[in-house]
Amino acid sequence: MDEKRTVGKYFWLKLLMVPIGMFGFAFALIPLYDVLCDVTGLNGQLGNSQVDYSKVVNYAVDENRHVMIDFTAAISTGFPINFYPKTKKMDVIPGKMYTIEYMAENRSNKVVIGQAVPSIAPSLAALHFKKLECFCFSKQVFQPKQPVVMAVRFVVEPDLDKSIHNITLSYNFFKIDKSKT
Amino acid sequence: MATTTSDIQTEIDKHDDHAGHDDHHHGPEKGLMRWVKTTNHKDIGTLYLWFAFIMLLVGGAMAMVIRAELFQPGLQLVEPQFFNQMTTLHGLIMVFGAIMPAFVGLANWQIPLMVGAPDMALPRMNNWSFWILPFAGAMLLSTLFMQGGGPAFGWTFYAPLSTTFAPDSTDFFIFAIHMLGFSSIMGAINIIATILNMRAPGMRLMDMPLFVWTWLITAFLLIAAMPVLAGAVTMMLMDRNFGTSFFDAAGGGDPVLFQHIFWFFGHPEVYIMILPAFGVVSQIIPTFARKPLFGYSSMVYATASIALLSFVVWAHHMFLTGMPIAGQMYFMYATIMISVPTGVKVFNWVTTMWRGSMTFEVPMMWAIAFVMLFTIGGFSGLMLGIAPADIQYHDTYFVVAHFHYVLVTGALFSIIAAVFYWLPKWCGRMFNEKLATIHFWWAVISVNVLFFPQHFLGLAGMPRRIPDYALQFSDFNMISSIGGFAFGASFFLLTYIIVDTIRNGKPVKEARVWESAKGLEWTVATPAPLHTFDEAPTRELILAESSHTGSH
Repeated sequence: MDEKRTVGKYFWLKLLMVPIGMFGFAFALIPLYDVLCDVTGLNGQLGNSQVDYSKVVNYAVDENRHVMIDFTAAISTGFPINFYPKTKKMDVIPGKMYTIEYMAENRSNKVVIGQAVPSIAPSLAALHFKKLECFCFSKQVFQPKQPVVMAVRFVVEPDLDKSIHNITLSYNFFKIDKSKT
Repeated sequence: MATTTSDIQTEIDKHDDHAGHDDHHHGPEKGLMRWVKTTNHKDIGTLYLWFAFIMLLVGGAMAMVIRAELFQPGLQLVEPQFFNQMTTLHGLIMVFGAIMPAFVGLANWQIPLMVGAPDMALPRMNNWSFWILPFAGAMLLSTLFMQGGGPAFGWTFYAPLSTTFAPDSTDFFIFAIHMLGFSSIMGAINIIATILNMRAPGMRLMDMPLFVWTWLITAFLLIAAMPVLAGAVTMMLMDRNFGTSFFDAAGGGDPVLFQHIFWFFGHPEVYIMILPAFGVVSQIIPTFARKPLFGYSSMVYATASIALLSFVVWAHHMFLTGMPIAGQMYFMYATIMISVPTGVKVFNWVTTMWRGSMTFEVPMMWAIAFVMLFTIGGFSGLMLGIAPADIQYHDTYFVVAHFHYVLVTGALFSIIAAVFYWLPKWCGRMFNEKLATIHFWWAVISVNVLFFPQHFLGLAGMPRRIPDYALQFSDFNMISSIGGFAFGASFFLLTYIIVDTIRNGKPVKEARVWESAKGLEWTVATPAPLHTFDEAPTRELILAESSHTGSH
């Protein structure tokens, strides 16, 4: 009773493709993860795109609803900038537009180029926190010992889940290598 | 006609002037070089098992340091940094050095014997995949002696602990993981090729013993999951040395991404360590219950569905990373769904024993202990799978208790059961049954004293991986440590029993060492000669020796 063989002698070479493919898959997880976060706003990673003014003027404003926004600032290691929000906390009404300012001062004697990466917590709020203007949209050049005021104009959409009463907007500044810019 | 080793060997020898060193019908080479150059599946199986046993003792010694430090509250014996290295290396050594190589060793010994093949499909790669291991293990252990100490970030090596804040030796750790991964992948490819290519011509897939089935599925898990781990450590290496920011938020990366990649490997990994255990127990229980295995095909399908589900539940390790409710719900239900095929297996083992003519030889006692204690570990796993409850359990000793019940009383117990079950066949000598029985009760009682109180500690909120604890945890920690020392000491007895068996055990002549055992491995002479099944067994023999059909 000879069973018909369905695999050949060099079947193991084909098998080798599985680990090679899966090794690639581990790296493919990174764009997949970013796409998933962009689509769903998970991880607060939605914050780096500009919204049109025209889109945000027609919100129905409920004056009785309040959301507390916390602003935080952070810098990556070795980034010689004093960076902090002028306003630490703000009570906002969803649907209205607000502007706040962040301060930054280059402590070093060299020109420093940086890019801010925003993050919004909780993740569910990220979809509804719209920035109309932000210093995070572009690279920032800091002249030595020069204080800079940077504005953020934002609106919290009224569609924000009713259970959310607090939102944190944080920025992390990191250095951009001059040779690569 | 099936492809046999000798075919491949002939093929290789055509291109190789050094032909003949694996020539059949010659004895093995004398001395140490036999073990260095061997391509024989039995020799390599033996090497794997001894390597795993040594690593088990090394990892066990580290566990003793952990339990000694936790014997009393406060810091008594070791520095916290050293304690962290102990917890990290204990986990890594036990997972990658002890449990996985032990199962590969069992596969090497048993799979060719159980499918009627003369050897593994790729004997030289087999030699290579073993001999990578001692070097990888040595490299991992050598980090302990380096400046800054060894890895101290837990066996899960979450970024940025393992990237930004890790000691310099972490690069050695990364390379060791790469080598261990290579070894596992090669071993797995070899096992798949052996099972699919080298089976006796009369053996259909659904005639294969369950140990072979579970290993076939495990091997597929290995080749799919280990490369993802290799990817994760490669990204770590690049973050540490080449200025990338895969896991660094400041550079646009994300530390949570590390957890996703790690657990995409990590969850299948836990099934890599338990599916072969299911196979072992499914061989032992029918032998000593003197009944064919109940529900063989449901066992095969249950194993396959556990394997498939294992790839889609990884984020239940990450309930506290800020997942949306929908994600938590999905991962919770998917996780709990795994208990259905696992329940099928436990049901089938119990039903195999039901109304069987049971006898309680040492391997059977270990198998029964496995079924009972693994089930306890399964239940605590169910509790951990409940997302809202996990907020309390996460990173506590409850988790430690859970995975030690499934890995020690699960995977390790099944390995011990397998060694007692097949050792007489391997070396032609019977172990000292009286001592082995004493050892069984000693180990089973002490392991419960060791791990059961850890459930209570975890429920009360004692965090894992911390060298000190609040005073209210003192009593249970002391009980747990006493159990730990007793369990640790039981391995001296186990070492003695095994060495004594090999050296002076009572010779066994019968091919069928256990009178009620079924399977092709019991048709070859005892002790198993170096070369077996030069001629494939007939289909009649295969069916007569099936442990899951017909009568015992």
